[in-house]
Amino acid sequence: MIPEIGQFALILALVISLIQGTLPLVGAAKNRTQWIAVARPAARGQFLFVITAFFCLMQAYVTSDFSVANVAHNSHTLKPMLYKVSGVWGNHEGSMVLWVAILAIFGLAVAEFGSALPPSLKARVLAIQGLIGFAFLAFILFTSNPFLRLDPAPLEGNGLNPILQDPGLAFHPPFLYLGYVGFSMAFSFAVAALIEGRVDPAWARWVRPWTLAAWCALTVGIALGSWWAYYELGWGGWWFWDPVENASFIPWLVGTALLHSAIVVEKRDALKSWTVLLAILAFSMSLLGTFLVRSGVLTSVHAFASDPDRGVFILLLLVFVIGGSLTLYAIRAPGLKGGGLFAPISREGALVLNNLLLTTGAAVVLLGTLYPLILDAFGGGKVSVGPPFFNTTFVPLMVPVMLAAVIGAMLSWKRGDIAAVLGRLKIAFIFALIGVGVTSFFAGTLKDVLAAFGIGIAAWLIAGSAVEIAERIALFKGPVANSMRRAAGLPRSAWGMAIAHGALGIMVAGITASSAWRVEKIQLMQPGDVVEISGYSLIFEGAKKINGPNYHGDRGIFTVTKDGRTIAALTPEKRDYPAERSQTTEAGILTMVSGDLYAVLGDKNQSNAAWTTRIYFNPLVAWIWVGAILMAGGGVVSLTDRRLRVGAPKTARQKTRPQPNPVGA
Amino acid sequence: MKRLVLLGFVIAAVIAASPVKAVEPNEILEDPKLEQRARALSKDLRCVVCQNQSIDDSNASLARDLRVVVRERLQAGDTDKQIIDFVVARYGEFVLLNPRVNARTYLLWGGPALVLIFGILGLVFWFRRRGKIANDGLSPEEEKRLAELLGQTGTEGSDK
Repeated sequence: MIPEIGQFALILALVISLIQGTLPLVGAAKNRTQWIAVARPAARGQFLFVITAFFCLMQAYVTSDFSVANVAHNSHTLKPMLYKVSGVWGNHEGSMVLWVAILAIFGLAVAEFGSALPPSLKARVLAIQGLIGFAFLAFILFTSNPFLRLDPAPLEGNGLNPILQDPGLAFHPPFLYLGYVGFSMAFSFAVAALIEGRVDPAWARWVRPWTLAAWCALTVGIALGSWWAYYELGWGGWWFWDPVENASFIPWLVGTALLHSAIVVEKRDALKSWTVLLAILAFSMSLLGTFLVRSGVLTSVHAFASDPDRGVFILLLLVFVIGGSLTLYAIRAPGLKGGGLFAPISREGALVLNNLLLTTGAAVVLLGTLYPLILDAFGGGKVSVGPPFFNTTFVPLMVPVMLAAVIGAMLSWKRGDIAAVLGRLKIAFIFALIGVGVTSFFAGTLKDVLAAFGIGIAAWLIAGSAVEIAERIALFKGPVANSMRRAAGLPRSAWGMAIAHGALGIMVAGITASSAWRVEKIQLMQPGDVVEISGYSLIFEGAKKINGPNYHGDRGIFTVTKDGRTIAALTPEKRDYPAERSQTTEAGILTMVSGDLYAVLGDKNQSNAAWTTRIYFNPLVAWIWVGAILMAGGGVVSLTDRRLRVGAPKTARQKTRPQPNPVGA
Repeated sequence: MKRLVLLGFVIAAVIAASPVKAVEPNEILEDPKLEQRARALSKDLRCVVCQNQSIDDSNASLARDLRVVVRERLQAGDTDKQIIDFVVARYGEFVLLNPRVNARTYLLWGGPALVLIFGILGLVFWFRRRGKIANDGLSPEEEKRLAELLGQTGTEGSDK
């Protein structure tokens, strides 16, 4: 019964989304108030029915209703409750329902909190959201229905891949989709603005919070995924330039560029048509990411061609959304007149450089990800594009971005004085030099020298962000109370930027150190054996059998000592999940500021009762995720800025309205 | 989201009757210099039955075989290039995670530079055009319009 309610709710949502996607659009064009007014109740209705469907599916998972095919294929009665719930989006059909559920939540948010928006813009934004919802709901109902029944229902489900039964991964997809779908808001605003023919600072002020929120969620989502890979896949890698990872990284890069260019539209009324283009691209890349992961095209072009229903549907959707919006852009964008002029050396100029390099970086990752597919599709044979390609092409593009991030933040608008800024950054430069000097002192190879520059860049970002804040609050230049008062009065967006840029530095330090100075020891160990690694001694105490709720396996015990003192115990596990017939490794990790001790239990050697063990020391590796989370935190701080708060755009609009600068006039 | 890596795991688990893990202790060469070279080579060689994993990271038995082959060649005194050539001759260029520069990959390796150059050219062009618009001065009609606008904003007070 309940799955049928879910199915029915999805159908109703489909019909409502079609109404939401058409009537308000026509109404806004013909100035029919009543048609425009349909948008809000439609957005509410779509939310109500999509959320109903979502919870119906969740109910089926929680109660292990194996008469629902999706549940039978992806769940199991013995699975812990957390993974029954997260199992809803741990599969293709369910994840698409999560996708439209988040879309409906965003739609509701515009409908309810967008009272400051001009009615026609709001109607158009909601209509575009409705059309996106329609496309995805149709995709679900016609190719990926999660509510299909099985008759007879099996007694037990197939279970969820045990490697996915993990708290980090349970929350990874919702964050990722919050990011992807959040960019749909920027997209809808961009398309609505193109239809209206008007992009002004007020528009940027509405778009920025959505983009910022989406960006924060995507940052957390990617960080969770990489953290999970680090502790779960069992060899301590955290980024593999895997197509699936790249699929989420490309929208992140474009979204980061969008975040920065929207500032220029807001503050200086320039870069409008470029910002609109970025908004379209950010969502297009999110869709492309969904397509790459969902269509099976990554496994092989031929697998895609043999089971084409879903793939062809998403491909058509892509062509329609990207092609349609870019056509609209081509027609309307030339009419978007740029506002404020600026010299190349200026805050705007630095943000343009940021955009150039970030979008080039996104293009490079896209090229590397799609190249094997395209070459194969055109009969060019198979080629692999792996980490070496991305490391040699992408990383050099990011170096100037990071160097310029500190300088750009201190340049003034319109025309900046780079020599003066560099003078003010003396201290940051000294820190960077110390970073390079200290690390290259220990350098032995070329790789170490490159890594020393990585540490230098990290120090530059951290110290540079600190200098920027110190200057703005006149630290050490007067009474402390004065600085405190200034610090409290500093806009939240200034704090947000400094935190995010400094956090990037922390992340760069983690990436550099863990890639360059990782230590690895692989050996056979018998109980009582000791491994020395990076100043720590790990004593292998032996292994014992364990039994979990839906698995059994072995747990190794290592006692960690430093200078004769016991500091921790590491307990790596090897698990066997009988229901899913697969094994996982759970690394034993001791996280410290200086780095992680990482132990993996391998197989038992039958002849002499010794275990294969892998011990790693990953220097500064935790800094990567601390940096990523802080970076998202900087975004959240910026989001609380007065200017971006709900209601604030009202005053902004009054200020900007009288200016006769509508586009195309 | 690493489901495809996982798929590799699943495939690997099916292929390998008793799963072996990446680099086993008994594979490691005694000469640390040779072992280091073996690790560096393995990192750039793809495990052909996995999804985007190097043979250094993979626990598939096929990856293990290839790791052993690399080490055998190293012990036989082959250079890195000879070993790569040997592996490519057996498995094709698909096995290289660092694709060779040839007719099939010109666009791949040249692409990033092309994108960057076009981006910079576009920017330079845009800046110069803007500069020209700004320096060209105003046509008489524009002067007139400006006077009108100034008059307009003058009554509303400056918007600073």
